[in-house]
Amino acid sequence: MSDRFPLLSRILHWVMAVLILTMLFIGIAMVASLSDYHRLVAIHKPLGILILVLVAIRLINRLLNPPPPLPAGMPGFLRFAAHASHWLLYSLMFALPLVGWGMLSAAGYPIALVGDWHLPSILPHNVALYAFLRALHTVLAFLLFGTFIAHLGAALTHAFVFKDGVFRSMAS
Amino acid sequence: MYEDDPKDIPATRYSLSALLRPPSLLRLGLIGGALAAVVVCFAWAAGWLAPGRLDQARIINAFEAANRPQQPGFRRNHAKGVCLTGWFDSNGAAAGYSKAVVFQPGRVPVFGRLAMAGGMPRAPDNPKTVRSMALNFNLPNGEVWRTGMNDIPVFTVNTAQGFYDQQNANMPDPKTHKPDPLALKAFLAAHPEAVQATSIIKSHPFAADFANSTFNSLNAFRFLDTAGHVTPVRWAMVPEDQFVPEAAAPPKGANYLFDQLIARIDKGPARWHLIVTIGQPGDPTRDVTVQWRNDRKKIDAGTLTITTIASEATGNCRDINFDPLVLPAGIAPSDDPLLSLRSAAYAVSFTRRAGEPKMPSAVQLATGRAH
Repeated sequence: MSDRFPLLSRILHWVMAVLILTMLFIGIAMVASLSDYHRLVAIHKPLGILILVLVAIRLINRLLNPPPPLPAGMPGFLRFAAHASHWLLYSLMFALPLVGWGMLSAAGYPIALVGDWHLPSILPHNVALYAFLRALHTVLAFLLFGTFIAHLGAALTHAFVFKDGVFRSMAS
Repeated sequence: MYEDDPKDIPATRYSLSALLRPPSLLRLGLIGGALAAVVVCFAWAAGWLAPGRLDQARIINAFEAANRPQQPGFRRNHAKGVCLTGWFDSNGAAAGYSKAVVFQPGRVPVFGRLAMAGGMPRAPDNPKTVRSMALNFNLPNGEVWRTGMNDIPVFTVNTAQGFYDQQNANMPDPKTHKPDPLALKAFLAAHPEAVQATSIIKSHPFAADFANSTFNSLNAFRFLDTAGHVTPVRWAMVPEDQFVPEAAAPPKGANYLFDQLIARIDKGPARWHLIVTIGQPGDPTRDVTVQWRNDRKKIDAGTLTITTIASEATGNCRDINFDPLVLPAGIAPSDDPLLSLRSAAYAVSFTRRAGEPKMPSAVQLATGRAH
């Protein structure tokens, strides 16, 4: 078995890394912005749906092409942290676009993406449900940013401190 | 960067003592610094590093501060209103300028809201309070067009900062419950566009009724045709009911304007024509305080028919954000900064009231009145 992630996995990882980081920054900027609000929202919605599509492809790819094993010497709690944080990342990559789509549906907004292309509502029009999902979207976004920071820190530690091949398995 | 084969990594490499060796500590410190830099960038994007910056929340906070006690569940502005339903018959006349499906000949269902400016949902009707018409067009291809219009010919300020300055100048003093005249004077001195716009607004008498009021988009938009040509436009809903200026002594009754509207629709549908003004190159699209020249071409794009008025209730116009930037393909925002401001501020108002308990609105009908 190879000690690196398959090529498709690496491409999906790095493309989504850029998209998700962009998304987090757009999201936090747009909820304060006045003059750029509309421009940012117009990117945020289709980008979120693109991420949802990509994470679905990525999950299927992961099940078909499993990642390489972690180094044999890695202690149990680090292995647990690695697995748990990855499943948390996957869960959030699904949850954030779905909650976003759901909250727009519950608010009675059209789910307009690009041009006249739009998606159907996935929840009934209910503003109390909207208020809950809107708050949940923020909480999950901060959780994703925190998980991303932990993930980046772990990746850099593997690369420069442990030097155990884990970073190389995904790099380049 | 050098890395060992993962199969040969000894467990001791992950031990605490290995991490506490000076070279490892230095590297961990650098990694921590890199992570901190990312977090600082995030905080910068969020605006947390510039706490004095004007943002969405401050605009809506100012509405709330001006309207004490708090009015949970209601819009932070244009709080008093009723719901309407009807339809729009497009005659196809605007289809040459915009590919939007709404301008193809045919009928689309419409719902909306007629309201009065101000953040107090039980404020007595006043003939000099700005009235608004908000509409939602459900297009046959699933797209939605929303527009919020006002019965004034221009708006008083043309930037977000100007709007916020105006909010603060009009802020009631906690003791006198009236705006501070000195603050108002200072605002007008700093915003000559507001002085000019106010004189234009004052030169247009208010109509006696909702049904004979003209409602203006105020902001400019862009129409895009199938070939990609862009036309700057403004639009207005112009009533078929004949204009009658407000009476010198308006009728009594806290809801007399809404009562008159309900009585008017009881007699039969009310109609407005969607009049699109075609801008010329050089017409100001980013200054909502300035009118376009009166000789600009105007197109009658179709007829709005309002057949039903209903009280605000769960699931109807009360629970909709009439964001003026919910636009179908073929209508796009102009460079007017107030459009993004409106979109952003409406979203905050909508999100806040969505999570609050609801109380009955001031204008109550037994049921929707329809013909």
